[in-house]
Amino acid sequence: MKATLRSIVLLAGAALLGLAAGAGAQEQVRVGIAAEPYPPFASPDASGNWTGWEVDLAKAVCAEAKLDCVITPVSWDGIIPALTSNKIDMIAASMSITAERQQTIDFSDKYYNTPTSVAAAKDADFDASPAGLAGKIVGVQVSTVHEAYARKHFTDAEIKVYQTQDEANQDLVAGRIDATQADKIALDAFLSSPDGSACCKIAGDVAPDVDVLGPGVGFGLRKGDEALKEKLNAAIKAIRDNGTYEAIAKPYFDFDIYGS
Amino acid sequence: MSAPSPGLPAIEAPPVESLAPTPSRRLDASALLKPHRIVLILVALGLVVWAALSMRWDWLATYAPMIAAGLWQTLLILVSTTILGFLLAVPLGLAQAAGPWFLAAPATAFCTVIRGTPLLLQMWLLYYGLGSLFPLIPEIRDSFLWPYLRQAWPYAVLALTLSFAGYEGEVMRGAFKGVPRGELEAGRAYGMGRWTLLRRIWLPRAVQRALPTLAGETVLQLKATPLVATITVVDLYAVFSRVRQDTFLTYEPLLLLALIYLVLTAILVSLFRVLENRIPARR
Amino acid sequence: MPSGLELLSPWPPGWGMTLLAGFWASIQIAVGGFGCGLLIGMAGALGKLNGGPVVRDLLACYTTLVRAVPELVLIVLLYYAGGDLLNRAFALFGAGPVELSGFAAGVFVIAVVQGAYSTEVIRGAIQAVPAGEVEAGRAFGMSERLLARRIVLPAMLAHAIPGLSNLWLIATKDTALLAVVGFTELTLATRQAAGATKAYFLFFCAAGLLYLLLTLGSNLLFGRIEAYARRGQRREAGAS
Repeated sequence: MKATLRSIVLLAGAALLGLAAGAGAQEQVRVGIAAEPYPPFASPDASGNWTGWEVDLAKAVCAEAKLDCVITPVSWDGIIPALTSNKIDMIAASMSITAERQQTIDFSDKYYNTPTSVAAAKDADFDASPAGLAGKIVGVQVSTVHEAYARKHFTDAEIKVYQTQDEANQDLVAGRIDATQADKIALDAFLSSPDGSACCKIAGDVAPDVDVLGPGVGFGLRKGDEALKEKLNAAIKAIRDNGTYEAIAKPYFDFDIYGS
Repeated sequence: MSAPSPGLPAIEAPPVESLAPTPSRRLDASALLKPHRIVLILVALGLVVWAALSMRWDWLATYAPMIAAGLWQTLLILVSTTILGFLLAVPLGLAQAAGPWFLAAPATAFCTVIRGTPLLLQMWLLYYGLGSLFPLIPEIRDSFLWPYLRQAWPYAVLALTLSFAGYEGEVMRGAFKGVPRGELEAGRAYGMGRWTLLRRIWLPRAVQRALPTLAGETVLQLKATPLVATITVVDLYAVFSRVRQDTFLTYEPLLLLALIYLVLTAILVSLFRVLENRIPARR
Repeated sequence: MPSGLELLSPWPPGWGMTLLAGFWASIQIAVGGFGCGLLIGMAGALGKLNGGPVVRDLLACYTTLVRAVPELVLIVLLYYAGGDLLNRAFALFGAGPVELSGFAAGVFVIAVVQGAYSTEVIRGAIQAVPAGEVEAGRAFGMSERLLARRIVLPAMLAHAIPGLSNLWLIATKDTALLAVVGFTELTLATRQAAGATKAYFLFFCAAGLLYLLLTLGSNLLFGRIEAYARRGQRREAGAS
């Protein structure tokens, strides 16, 4: 039976090789986005396509830089390992540029910057300050700047960590948490949904802390991927200058999302 | 005999011996001292030393208290859901093995649904599905249960209990059916009533028959506990996820996590072996 | 807001197509993982039965490790580290690095997990083939290869089918764990649909029904296969 053994081992090896080779080299740039509804930045529609402002922007940047981009949804909490282990080539998932993350990955120049807010139930009588949130349960999305901020500043609150912001919103509707801290634009989108408008409101913006919250959102890149970084930076600048950026933002926002 | 349940073919009970980890043969010194084993052990030790020296472990001291708390949470969930699940499995098995059709059919349906769908889906259905119903029923928030319904662990315990009951209920069905008819007839011959018969002979004999499967099922249950991390319960897995997020390390936390589960499994298996040796079994 | 049935319809604004696409992805991963797992299991079983002491010990480590560590941990570990390890292994054989797609990585992790279980199932099935049948084959002067093909494989199939059918069901359910690493199979597609529409109960129940249909359908199919594999075998009394 030795011969059988050998042929089966060879067969198994060949199958795995075939699997890997079939998946093999491609010239495309895989743009990683978080596989979760995150309106108005990115959310799946009923036919399985990803739409939203950030998806449109990433496509425009790719078109400007003449890159063949393919949108690749991966889980948010594994998006940096996905980048470093070569499953995607860049991150376009509203990832804030922070010193912490820059130890592991590189960032392009920022492409937007928005304030950070706290949402709470309609009848809530607290604001988005450490004193106001003391003793409250605050929901945040895992490994976001909001988690870091809440852990640093809301030390008297119970921090509950969710895999997606969508789940935190859902638990705010269900009343399982008292408040959730997130990007103001994302919270606005949630609060204009039927569920959100029925239950909740913005309790206030959090006090700025640029060390934690970062100077804005950029595309995440593998360390040393200078060629892609230069192309993206040039493309961001180009669409900022030629009006494409505003044209994309117009249907979504009535203010300048690029920020200061 | 169980009532026929049209449209719901029972799923074969899992071959327990093939799912439980291979019971490590009692290794005596002579087995370990075979030349190839010495080489393998040295290679393994070398890997451990290499991992300890060349990988990053400086985060361990910071997170040790959290890891201990997560471990405690995992064990608590494991023990409580195993016991609760087993208690639920006994009536489930009895209903399928000897109940009238209006008990047997729902019990079979329950086991089929639990065993036929992924636990992750069941957990999300319980947590987010039920959670989405709360705003529709404002009375719930005023009830005395609300402080518990707000938290995540009751849903985790419920989901894991139902899952254990579904799988073990199938085992108990077989165990009840497998009790030799002669023993039951002997009980009847002594003039035992149905309850006494169940309490004194049928149930103890069925539980005894099901005990060997418990080791395997409990290991499977341990392996199912990390799923509770996806509904915000901070168990062992969740703590290590946090380490991964905070430190951006890919390998080290996951390897240590796997090692801890490995040790837990080994402890469980040897505990059950001690237990089984204590229970007198005449075959 | 569309009502329940409208949400499930396969045409937008219904999310039925998304769910079905996820279901199809789940089935493909399960088939791929189960199939590759079978190959690993065959090799593993033969290695455990006929291999040298080192091969046997290494295989024992493989099966014990995989069966003692939670699938979720293995999947996360293999999903992120597996591609890296595979590339290092390829580099040893002089092959260039490859990039694993999400699908290939999914099949790979399910196959590694399934391989450990099917090694045990197939080993048990081979051992259950009566020694007399193998000896009879030898007595007729069959070569080892012929013996394996004509006697051992057909005879062990009947013993292996119940275990393998269980493994297949485990494979279909393990694909749901890929949702945690962000691969859009049925469970993640369901969560996305539920999150976007807020109809959590509806979508999770619908997905549960799809999984249940797959399980019940597989049971029927495996029942047929087992009946076929057992043709010509004496029925044991009391076997159900």
